Amino acid sequence: MSPVHEASRVEALLAERPDHSRDQLIPMLQEIQVREGYLSQAAMTELAVALDTPVASVYGVATFYNQFRFAPLGTHVIELCRGTACHVKQSLALQQHLQRRLKLRPDGNSADKRFTVLKVACLGACSIAPVIKLDGEFYGHLTIEKLDSLLDALDRDCYAAEEAGVA
Amino acid sequence: MNITINGKEIAFEHGDTVLQVAKRAGIRIPHLCSLDWAPSPSASCRLCVVEVEGSPRLQTSCTLQAAEGMKVQTHTPRVMKARRNIVELLVANHPQDCLACDRQGACELAELTREVGVRPRQYAGMKKDQHLDISSPAIYRDPNKCVLCGRCVTMCHQIQGVGAIDFTDRGFRTQVAPGFSAGLNVSGCTYCGQCVRVCPTGALMERSHVSAVVAALSDPNTVVVAQVAPAVPATLDQERTKHEGVPVMLEHLAAALKRVGFTAVFDTGFTADLTIMEEANELVERVKTGGVLPMFTSCSPAWIQYVELHRPDLIPHLSTCKSPQQMAGALIHEIYPKFAGFVAGDGTRGTKRLVVVSLMPCTAKKFEAEDVGDVEYVLTTRELGALWERFGIDFDSFTDRAPLDPPFAEATGAARLFGGTGGVMEAAVRTAATLLGGAAPAGPLPEARGLDGFKCFNVDVNGITLNLGVINGLGRLPSTLPAALSGMHFVEVMSCPGGCSGGGGQPYNSDMTDVKKRIKRIYEADKKAEVKYSHENKSVAELYEEFLGRPLGEVSHHLLHRSYTDKSALTALHGAEADTGAVCAAAEAAA
Ligand code: SF4
Ligand code: SF4
Ligand code: FES
Repeated sequence: MSPVHEASRVEALLAERPDHSRDQLIPMLQEIQVREGYLSQAAMTELAVALDTPVASVYGVATFYNQFRFAPLGTHVIELCRGTACHVKQSLALQQHLQRRLKLRPDGNSADKRFTVLKVACLGACSIAPVIKLDGEFYGHLTIEKLDSLLDALDRDCYAAEEAGVA
Repeated sequence: MNITINGKEIAFEHGDTVLQVAKRAGIRIPHLCSLDWAPSPSASCRLCVVEVEGSPRLQTSCTLQAAEGMKVQTHTPRVMKARRNIVELLVANHPQDCLACDRQGACELAELTREVGVRPRQYAGMKKDQHLDISSPAIYRDPNKCVLCGRCVTMCHQIQGVGAIDFTDRGFRTQVAPGFSAGLNVSGCTYCGQCVRVCPTGALMERSHVSAVVAALSDPNTVVVAQVAPAVPATLDQERTKHEGVPVMLEHLAAALKRVGFTAVFDTGFTADLTIMEEANELVERVKTGGVLPMFTSCSPAWIQYVELHRPDLIPHLSTCKSPQQMAGALIHEIYPKFAGFVAGDGTRGTKRLVVVSLMPCTAKKFEAEDVGDVEYVLTTRELGALWERFGIDFDSFTDRAPLDPPFAEATGAARLFGGTGGVMEAAVRTAATLLGGAAPAGPLPEARGLDGFKCFNVDVNGITLNLGVINGLGRLPSTLPAALSGMHFVEVMSCPGGCSGGGGQPYNSDMTDVKKRIKRIYEADKKAEVKYSHENKSVAELYEEFLGRPLGEVSHHLLHRSYTDKSALTALHGAEADTGAVCAAAEAAA
């Protein structure tokens, strides 16, 4: 994803929504995040220019809200439930395991940028705690072993795909 | 209309806040987030709380409008306790390395702690560990010392209209920073220093050159000379607490500077006159030959930075004259060694290193000196105080005088005017009128004076009508540029409200009343000056005769003029992110 590409998508958004008043800042940021998965510096700069607002203020507003991300999502998104029921069922151990195995950075992305781990307050599936959502699918009653086998499968797929690409 | 504060009846006017009324009556209510300069207080610090009869809650006096019959108490036990609590919390995560802080002695936060009686170590707060920003040549940021009062943000957004910094993040991690937490050098900041001037702590400071100047002064192979901007003596005089009535003159400064080891002290007013000679000629040439109009002044480096960063389309409108500081730097390096009889070099093999130090009311001058060259160090008016301290000079009681040094000693009344908004315009009109064959206005030009944001007027000379404009402060640009760009000939832009007298390097805690007092002194200096026209400065005339040739001539072009660069790419941080492509770690490991 080159910055130029992202910027032109912001342009498209700006064209779709002709109201470029300052009140539109948060809705626009949300929409960019929906489309891009995160807020890039290029997108925020472009939005700042369009809404005639200093870049510092756009960045200030965006960093104030927890909902915004500043790094792109990895190929696979893991939503890890840290709600009360999951906590009681040892979801912290799952979190720590993911942290180690995927070498997670502070932005939630793995060192190889293939995974993004998002901590969620409650996924609403307490009956099968501890639970994660992996690329939109629920996986319940998880243990570290089960989690590893899920991730191993993804690694095998990725490896096979690369092999096929090279051949 | 009357309000009662602490049992005393005090008259107020419609629209006054309780804080303002109290201040006028000599009652100090501690406050951090509100600023005399800015219209709308954020009311976020809550230090200014007072008790109002009939209201159960404490009220913020910076937003509370005075009302007939209102009864206010400013220092009850409840109020004092609330304030002390606030300040104790503020300092809980402050680094508290005050003993080695440059703000020491002039720190509002330190004063506040004393004022409200902070008790030691009340809260064991986590200390902040945020990055210092030393990216710019003019200003450094130490977010760890910030108390998040927001004054700088108010100044940068509401007064200067730049918006280079804002609050970012939240909770404990909140800080005031440029976009993307980048450095000030890529933030679109103009280095005007207005944020520094109002910061109550050491979180925003000029990049100090004091130690570097002290080092140069102690080196026997270095010749250190000074140049002094017109606003500096006017400010020192206004700030003076002892010997009132004995005005601080350039000559006092010259004597004190020589006492600490400066070899010569020059008047930047000399090059202000020279600037007028070049700029007035440039204007007349543009008017006569159909050049790009309006022509904008180029003395204010934060304005230059504004154009280069935010409005590069205006570059052809900028006068190509260097600022007086830069003209002086270039001329001193070119002429002074020969004049004083030494060989300039790096200080070895019989040569002497020549160091030019400017005393300026400005932080952006530090950036300008680095950007254009020719001036080694810049000390702000504030840093001058630190220089005196290092050398044990009590400037307040200093009464010695020394003459300024040739060949740059002479300056006219016109040059003095550079220290206030409208001054460059007034000085330029005096000379341009003569150049156009008209009569130079004898007295003051009232249309150019005063603190209005935008002054426009016409001057008729010899059948030519010059449409002139004076823009006072960067914040006025968005609303005034359209008018300035339609049909005007010459427009003065000063970045700081009030011009250099309100500059970003001026003393802390000064308000518009102080700025007015400084400008008044500048007008008095002009009134007293024997010579009032830049073109009648004899030393300037001699310089043209012996060295420069003529205004806009080849030597001038080389020494006194400059070019500008489109720097807009610096503010657009597009593509600054690292490569975001995902790779398969398993595949990589296998390869
Ligand atoms: S120096 Fe001027 S432009 Fe830069 S952050 Fe401070 S107020 Fe804003
Ligand atoms: S940097 Fe200074 S002026 Fe700005 S918020 Fe912090 S303490 Fe206040
Ligand atoms: S000065 Fe009134 S709330 Fe800060």
